Amino acid sequence: MRVSVSWLREYVDLPADLPADDLEQALVDLGIEVESIVDLRATVTGALVVGEVLEIEELTGFKKPIRFCRVDVGAANGTGEPQEIVCGARNFAPGDRVVVILPGGVLPGGFAIGARKTYGRNSHGMICSAKELGLGDDHSGIIVLPEDVKALPGDDARPVVGLDDVVVEVEITPDRGYALSVRGIARELAHALGVPFRDPGLAPAPAGTAEPAYPVEVRDTVGCDRFVARMVRGVDPKASTPGWMRQRLTVAGVRSISLAVDVTNYVMLELGQPMHAFDADRISGPLVVRRAEAGEKLTTLDGVARTLTAEDMVICDDSGPISLAAVMGGETSEVLASTTDVLFEAAHWDPVMVGRTARRHKLFSEAAKRWERGVDPALALVAVERAVRLLTEHAGGIAGAEILDLDHVRPRTPVVLPADLPSRRVGVTYSPERVVSLLEQVGCHVTRGTDRLGEDPGAAGTPAAGGADVLTVVPPTWRPDLTDPADLVEEVVRLDGYDRVPSVLPTAPPGRGLTWQQRRRRAVARSLAERGYVEVLAHPFVAGELADLLGLPADDPRRPAVRVANPLSEEEPLLRTTLLGPLLGILKRNLGRGHRDVALYEIGTVFHPRPGVGAPPAMGVDRRPTDAEFAAADAVVPDQPRHVAAVLTGDVEPAGWWGAGRPAGWADAVEAGRVVLAAADVPADRVEVRAAEYAPWHPGRCAELLVDGTVVGHAGELHPAVVAALELPRRTSAMELDLDALPPAPVAPAPTVSGFPPALIDVALVVDERVPAAEVQRALVEGAGELLEGVRLFDVYASEQLGAGRRSLAYKLTFRAPDRTLTVEEAVAARDAAVARAAERFGATLRGA
Amino acid sequence: MTYRNDPYDPKQVALLDPDALAGAVADAEQAFAAAADPDALTALRPAHLGDRSPVSLARREIGALPPAAKSDAGKRVNEARRAIEAGYAARAEVLEREQAERVLVTERVDVTLPYDRRPRGARHPLSTLMEQISDLFVGMGYEVAEGPEVELEWTNFDALNIPADHPARGLMDTFHIAPPPGAESSGLVLRTHTSPVQARTMLTRRPPIYVVVPGRVYRTDELDATHAPVFHQVEGLVVDRGITMAHLRGTLDHFARAMFGEGAKTRWRPHYFPFTEPSAEFDVWFPEHRDGPRWVEWGGCGMVNPRVLRACGIDPEVYSGFAFGMGIDRTVMFRHGVSDMRDMAEGDVRFTRAFGAGA
Repeated sequence: MRVSVSWLREYVDLPADLPADDLEQALVDLGIEVESIVDLRATVTGALVVGEVLEIEELTGFKKPIRFCRVDVGAANGTGEPQEIVCGARNFAPGDRVVVILPGGVLPGGFAIGARKTYGRNSHGMICSAKELGLGDDHSGIIVLPEDVKALPGDDARPVVGLDDVVVEVEITPDRGYALSVRGIARELAHALGVPFRDPGLAPAPAGTAEPAYPVEVRDTVGCDRFVARMVRGVDPKASTPGWMRQRLTVAGVRSISLAVDVTNYVMLELGQPMHAFDADRISGPLVVRRAEAGEKLTTLDGVARTLTAEDMVICDDSGPISLAAVMGGETSEVLASTTDVLFEAAHWDPVMVGRTARRHKLFSEAAKRWERGVDPALALVAVERAVRLLTEHAGGIAGAEILDLDHVRPRTPVVLPADLPSRRVGVTYSPERVVSLLEQVGCHVTRGTDRLGEDPGAAGTPAAGGADVLTVVPPTWRPDLTDPADLVEEVVRLDGYDRVPSVLPTAPPGRGLTWQQRRRRAVARSLAERGYVEVLAHPFVAGELADLLGLPADDPRRPAVRVANPLSEEEPLLRTTLLGPLLGILKRNLGRGHRDVALYEIGTVFHPRPGVGAPPAMGVDRRPTDAEFAAADAVVPDQPRHVAAVLTGDVEPAGWWGAGRPAGWADAVEAGRVVLAAADVPADRVEVRAAEYAPWHPGRCAELLVDGTVVGHAGELHPAVVAALELPRRTSAMELDLDALPPAPVAPAPTVSGFPPALIDVALVVDERVPAAEVQRALVEGAGELLEGVRLFDVYASEQLGAGRRSLAYKLTFRAPDRTLTVEEAVAARDAAVARAAERFGATLRGA
Repeated sequence: MTYRNDPYDPKQVALLDPDALAGAVADAEQAFAAAADPDALTALRPAHLGDRSPVSLARREIGALPPAAKSDAGKRVNEARRAIEAGYAARAEVLEREQAERVLVTERVDVTLPYDRRPRGARHPLSTLMEQISDLFVGMGYEVAEGPEVELEWTNFDALNIPADHPARGLMDTFHIAPPPGAESSGLVLRTHTSPVQARTMLTRRPPIYVVVPGRVYRTDELDATHAPVFHQVEGLVVDRGITMAHLRGTLDHFARAMFGEGAKTRWRPHYFPFTEPSAEFDVWFPEHRDGPRWVEWGGCGMVNPRVLRACGIDPEVYSGFAFGMGIDRTVMFRHGVSDMRDMAEGDVRFTRAFGAGA
């Protein structure tokens, strides 16, 4: 909300020379966020003066009509001669008074004004529009001063146009609807600065009369618990809005429309009570306030024909709905330039109803914004009185004696506040007197002691207070947000000052540190980073086509995906079921930025919908859901396992002075998987790697990684078709593993470390090339027995000599006994047993044997 | 001493002559000194200390001397031999040392040659910062709690005192999950904050509760320099007997000092959050800001709203609590002087590498 300080000063006695910083601090200290404070006096520099247009010469031959004007600016230009100015606006005539900035002046935004030649003439200054002066968005023409403004040519124009004010723009949190008004902000400033405040919301206003101002029937007193109306007859339809009012509306960002409408907006800004002005001659028959019928139609003031639902509320006359209650009026009853009889309405509507209507119709009007945040139900009569006075003062007319007031507002439930609760919650000792005084300051009615309490705080373990230490608090009508003791605690600490809260570090009970899953995730992340992979945090939104691009089979469990109802991009409405899609996208972005060798990893969540689940059961908030209720709701939440994935392309080792580089390939991806498993402390003997065919990998270059016989992930080179479809470099490789599928690390048993010398024996086994090396190695290990300390494949070799389809696998075997030096015979016997097992299982023969 | 000189032939014992022995020693020293390296020196050994060397030959001549002269001559020969041996050893030591030094020189390499054969990777600064913050609180006895990113509306909103039609719900631009076929609503959202983990924690643990919650959250903001649809928060939750706002301030002050140095301090501004009451936004005094020391908006905090405690089955008459949270992306931005939010989301390796492995 934007409001001028001069308006605030009408109700709060701000110090005359209040610096902008102090004003900002005062508002901030009480929880009102200040967007900006603009001293309008400083926004335009140089001579900004009133001018009277003497002559206009129309210049033709340009793209648009241009005027060459001679303007009387009095003695302001130093010569007293008329000022010659070129102007593109057309909304003025000789004799009009306008606002002129003379050469040397600077407009907001640093726009310096000089004397210059334009459209073939010399222009000495500029005639200004409201927008050019920073007074609003109106750029439809230049400012023409109304006749009632007393100003002579050459006078400083700042006071005339409202540039002698300070404008504050504040952001109001949704709980404090009352602060969306001059009334509310002035009250807050009074609290902050300790200065007197005169509440315009408590101004005297005549009460409702027995005779209604207009026949009105409210059929839904839950949706509309108050309806006040009063008629003003015989107003001068030509009366214009006074300049000061227009300026204040302009500052607030409200367009001036007509006096009657401007008055309702002015009252809304001043008091916070949204109002409506009907043209009494354009409504026929009694007004009925009711819920709309589903499908009912209404064209609102913005010209949009709307179809209503049974939740909306409408005001109707004989012709049907004439206003979408609380949100926007209708075209058929709006005040026109010819209106002479005005019916003012000020009602009180159900905030939830208004909020839903506003969202449903996407009509976030200033009125709806206030209703949703809570409007003082006690304001209606005061607001109508204020509107009637403003209208009759400026447009004449007779205010009807009859005042309609249909009041179904229920009294507030008092809040019972243990007097020591603020102290106990805040950690500052507030005496009961202090608490009472602060609450009274915000307008609460407080009585000490109570006789209606069934609660016994002592029974619940809080220090029991006798009846005298319990406060019964009736919050003011303008604070619908104050419903709970905690709300009152906030008022106390807010007014007393947040800066008075001391700093005390609480002592937590001993914790258990990170969980093994959390430690494991960190170990995995760090291991991959140390291996040369760069961590990324990709956005999880993916396109529906991604599954096709990755070549996922029709029944792949990664095809069903969680869909976002309102995605940022319609192209990417799904949540990832594999980390690879977004990760490869980031790989591609890096390649596009000129990187050639890229290795990336991500640890993140993938999303799998739960098949066949509906919506979660509704759960209230007045009590804890039962475990069964919450479990039923939680069962709807998609499965969101944490995965780790890595992708790489280019060289893993660059070429350098040491020699050639080494291109990234399937083996690096598989190794990345092993690195993850090792970092996760999964014992190597429980890990198995075997060939697999799994999208999006190359069917001949894909490994599945298993732990205890369960597949936990895949790694290898991507399928050439996938690489082509995603426009990635050939041989791009990838790994993805489900971290949540890994078992907890066991407590590792310590090995026996023998001090006796090892026996090292190399064996080269010739096997069919389709026999996996991992299985040959397993056979060797099994066959060698306990004396085998280590085995390492150090060469793989194929040749014509070996024969087609055969290859040689060379292993280095290390034998060692825990208690003695092995004899040659023992080592050879163990080696022979190992080879025999490989021979038996795969027909392996010793090379050269 | 008197004895007869006749019985031996001086020619046969010429090598035993003191002058001859002295000459042999001098010759050897001269030859050794001329040897340029250990190999050359070794090659000289037979000539001066070998079987045919002058001192060896001289020793043989001793037999020809009369008994009375043998002892004297033997002593002279031995002295000469020792002198040559000593000369040899001394020269050998010098030459070996010189050779070792020469090797060190010839084996010298250019140690400034780069050896980035295994390029280093890096951790994302958002990850490491979340871990640092978690560690700080774990050190204080807190535990790290986590929750799902696709979350129940109930835990994301309702349980946190954000009813369906409350304007506060509208303030969080929410990604909704599409409903299953035939349903009007899925009841699911991409969590808009880490606070649903508060509800989950209170539903599954009994007080005292001291947890810190790092995580990824979502709002429907287009990615630009200062907004992202996916960002990160860390929040803390404490529920215990007798918890006050003073405890909240103490915790935030400690946190600020641990993060930003002993000079850091916090400042509160009253604010509104549905799930805390009283509520505040807090700023931190950041002396190392890129544009000079200043207050920086850091996060939100407050006392857990008793309505939230009640919805999660904790008796607000017995327990009270505080919660606080902050944007981690924003924190990384002002702490490290990142001017564009996109840098953290786009995954350019140049950006992330600058942060290293993250201690």
